[in-house]
Amino acid sequence: MQQIINFFLRNKTFLLYLFLLFLSLVFTIQSHSYHKSRFINSANFLTGGIYNSANNIQSFFNLKSQNELLQEENNYLKSLLYNSSGKPQEGFIDSTRFSSNYKFTPARIIKNSYASTNNVLLLNKGKNDSISQDFGVITSKGILGIVDETSNKYATVISVLNTNIKISAQLKNTNHFGSLEWDTKNPNRVQLHEISKIAPLKKGDTIVTSGRSIIFPKGIPIGTIETFNLDSAENFYTIEVNLFNDMTNIEHVYIIENTDRKEINNLLNNE
Amino acid sequence: MNNTIISHTIQFIALVLLQVAVLNHINFLGDINPYLYVIFICLFPINNNRIAFIFLSFLLGLSIDLFSDSGGVHAAASVTIAFIRPVILKFCFGSIYEHQTIKFKQVDFGAKVIYFIIIIFIHHLILFSLEIFNLSNILLVLKKTLFSGIFTLLLCVITTVIFSRKK
Repeated sequence: MQQIINFFLRNKTFLLYLFLLFLSLVFTIQSHSYHKSRFINSANFLTGGIYNSANNIQSFFNLKSQNELLQEENNYLKSLLYNSSGKPQEGFIDSTRFSSNYKFTPARIIKNSYASTNNVLLLNKGKNDSISQDFGVITSKGILGIVDETSNKYATVISVLNTNIKISAQLKNTNHFGSLEWDTKNPNRVQLHEISKIAPLKKGDTIVTSGRSIIFPKGIPIGTIETFNLDSAENFYTIEVNLFNDMTNIEHVYIIENTDRKEINNLLNNE
Repeated sequence: MNNTIISHTIQFIALVLLQVAVLNHINFLGDINPYLYVIFICLFPINNNRIAFIFLSFLLGLSIDLFSDSGGVHAAASVTIAFIRPVILKFCFGSIYEHQTIKFKQVDFGAKVIYFIIIIFIHHLILFSLEIFNLSNILLVLKKTLFSGIFTLLLCVITTVIFSRKK
């Protein structure tokens, strides 16, 4: 017994090192698997608060470009509104509106990241605004990511620029679908895999979300086709997609909640 | 004694804030960021309390991880260089270190730069291998280590020069 205690006392530095290294490796491995970064994430009051106050200063410098983005979106929405065939009527309540499936919440990005291989963003909305895991996040131009961890006031978002994420996407013109991944090389380009060989592809075609998961509704724009190649087995296309979003300059985002999520999940789990 | 504890606490907090609020967002040429907080581990005074030193390094790395949502990669890299620092010290400074009389303000500039280079490159290699976590991307790991390492080294040397002139 004495010997064992002596051994521990003699090697206490080394043992402490091993223990701390083990701990950090556990955190690392957790962060590489989806939805497990429970302890080490920036959605807590300390890091969130610091990023929030830093962002309050930073956001001042790109007010102009962000305003232009928002005006562009307003312009588009106005053109939709006034050019629609059925004019909006006063005093008429559209009853189909009540059963809409998706609820939108506006939010602001207070930490952007695009240089690492597993990019995680931070939003200034959290549990208090009834945001929770697996909600989709989009900008006015296109898709952005999926909510991962939430605290009371903040939420982390796994960006599309993250090797741990796969998003179901399809061609806008036809219904051929595949999964969207990122090869870490260029922050404005992602890869769409497993599009079947017979799909008609053309450079410049639009890629949208497929609506096959409960996270994103169908038809949210993602990007345009840059190039496409058959994979080694020659059964599927791998497509290089240019994102509509400039991932290095985003601030105002929308969080999408699927209000039927519980029902769909129950149904799927019962099987 | 109390004075050094306070000054190290301030250094710790200032380095973490500087790292997460400014240096993590430089993204020079796309994805090159300096990791200046390593300088805290490099220049921590040498005494016999290695346990506290290793634990402090772990805490430093973990706080950076907390801010940058990177799991435990900074913690692993920091705690490793803190553990192997005596070996590197012995290699770079030789007899001065053996007699426990070393003061970072007095040592030769060339030896200090070599000491920085060794520590920074070991730290960055561990950091990026764990962050990318993929053996097929080993070239990317080496590329990032080299470029970020040069950037960090430059900042470390500039910082030491600035802060040694003042006194």
